[in-house]
Amino acid sequence: MNVLATIFNFISQQILNVPAYIIGLVAAVGLIALKKNVGQIISGALKAAMGYLILQAGASVVSGSLNPFGQLILKATGAHGAIATNEVIVAQAAKDFGASSAYIVVISFVLMLLLARFTPLKYVFLTGHHMVFMSTLLALVLSFGFGAKNSWLVVGLGAILMAVIMVATPSFAQPFMNRITGSDQIAIGHFGTLSYVVSGALGTVVGKKSKSTEDINFSKNTSFLRDSMVSTTVLMIVLYLVFAVIGAFALPAKVAFSVFPSAPKDYGAYFMAAFGQALQFGIGIAIILYGVRLILGELVPAFQGIAKKVVPGAKPALDIPIVFPYGSNASLIGFLSSFVGGLVALAVIAVWLGPMWGLALILPVPHFFGGGGAGVFGNATGGRKGAILGGFVTGIIITILPAMLMTVMGSYGLKNATFSDSDFCWYGLIAGKLSSFGPVAGTISLLIVAAVIFGLACLWQVKVVNKGWVPGAAHAAFIESVKKQEDAEREAERAAEKAAKKAAKAAAAAKA
Amino acid sequence: MDILCVCGHGIGTSVLLKVNVESVASDLDMDVNVTTADIGAAKGTADASDLVMTSPQLAPQLDGVTTPIETVNNFMDTDEIKAILEKYDD
Repeated sequence: MNVLATIFNFISQQILNVPAYIIGLVAAVGLIALKKNVGQIISGALKAAMGYLILQAGASVVSGSLNPFGQLILKATGAHGAIATNEVIVAQAAKDFGASSAYIVVISFVLMLLLARFTPLKYVFLTGHHMVFMSTLLALVLSFGFGAKNSWLVVGLGAILMAVIMVATPSFAQPFMNRITGSDQIAIGHFGTLSYVVSGALGTVVGKKSKSTEDINFSKNTSFLRDSMVSTTVLMIVLYLVFAVIGAFALPAKVAFSVFPSAPKDYGAYFMAAFGQALQFGIGIAIILYGVRLILGELVPAFQGIAKKVVPGAKPALDIPIVFPYGSNASLIGFLSSFVGGLVALAVIAVWLGPMWGLALILPVPHFFGGGGAGVFGNATGGRKGAILGGFVTGIIITILPAMLMTVMGSYGLKNATFSDSDFCWYGLIAGKLSSFGPVAGTISLLIVAAVIFGLACLWQVKVVNKGWVPGAAHAAFIESVKKQEDAEREAERAAEKAAKKAAKAAAAAKA
Repeated sequence: MDILCVCGHGIGTSVLLKVNVESVASDLDMDVNVTTADIGAAKGTADASDLVMTSPQLAPQLDGVTTPIETVNNFMDTDEIKAILEKYDD
């Protein structure tokens, strides 16, 4: 008997408590289900497990580069600064909540397949990294709400909440997706849906007679921003140097220099230390993403293979870049206006809200995807005006909401990273606030919330999506009329050219 | 043959493209080994594969790569992927 207990103890403590090993086992099970050969199963499981360990290694690099940054902001402005980047906060939280979040991913995936199979919400959420982020977020806020002792409640409730949000958000965005893609084949599976729907809705209001972003000719010099590693690092260099300058003016030299571990002796070395730390941030993100890539390369094909068998014909809900081809200029415009919106919101928090609510300063790093996506949604329903306004509002949303989310993140609320995309924030806020009522009341109220969201999504799906409603009809009609007008103009030009040629020929013939 | 699927981050769209390429290749009975990369790493690793697949927006950034590059407009459109793979099926 004792031998058995020892073995169980060993498995539960040494294997099932280590997130990397759970992820590896999940990958192995998925690959076995896909009937891969032994070599592929072993390499897949190893890659997934090592991917998780690489992610944690990247987290320590990022944390190291952010520490001086946070110090600098705190000493120079008196405010608590944080970077809203999902990858960073998830990697930092992996040690404490990795095991719970791995279980939430697996259980919620099964629940999602059941929902897709038996309810009107026929979506299969396939954006793997967002599953990892959402599960980590739920594990984190529920653990702080319920206390660490209730880990099984955290996993069970977290899985239910996550399954609901995975089928509900694609449904809410679907009419807009149909307008963007011009078909009803793909759904969006990205936890920035609130921003996208708001952006699409604003577009219908402001952009009835606004031209499309896609007629604008951007210079080739902006295309380097499409490389996420470059755009992230460039933004970080700018932010780091801005606060280094503020620090240089606001602080005595000794205090400012002491922020950096390299202990610079003069201002030249001080600014180069800031520059170096910004590059370190970019390196850390690159390491984290490499780990994420290894994990997803094994998990997503397995998940999709299983989904195809269980729910044939369900719509795949995919990552936001899937809409970028339908509006590549719109995504760039959305990204830039989101960045501006973020800076405006940052100023508002710093000057006015911060002291009142004690909010952290959220520095805009990941506007690329959220803002870019909002730009595409806004352009689809409201042209250039929609893209600009949608991006701007998204920037405000993903600056203020992450700051509010930090109030329910327990000890993690004091660190220098938080979640960024809008759905993480509102969902996490609700989960965090309600779970603080304790295990019983918190569980009941959160189940009610899940039921309400699920019910609304079903209603929306049956009454709106399945009826074929597509927003932005007025704008689409305008775009059509502009096209017709342009075509007519072109025809007229051609006719005029032809007439001129004829006249010239006739003149030549007359001469001869 | 070795195929490299590329997107901006190397974690979203390229993984889905990989899944679809693998399923199309198995329908065509082609023996493929598909890897994913972000645009930054792709420049360095593209030469080690026989074919690079990416979106039209990212293709210009892979200038100077000697491996053939094919652009895919809709990563979920298996017919489009099939048309590309058939070109390389020998």
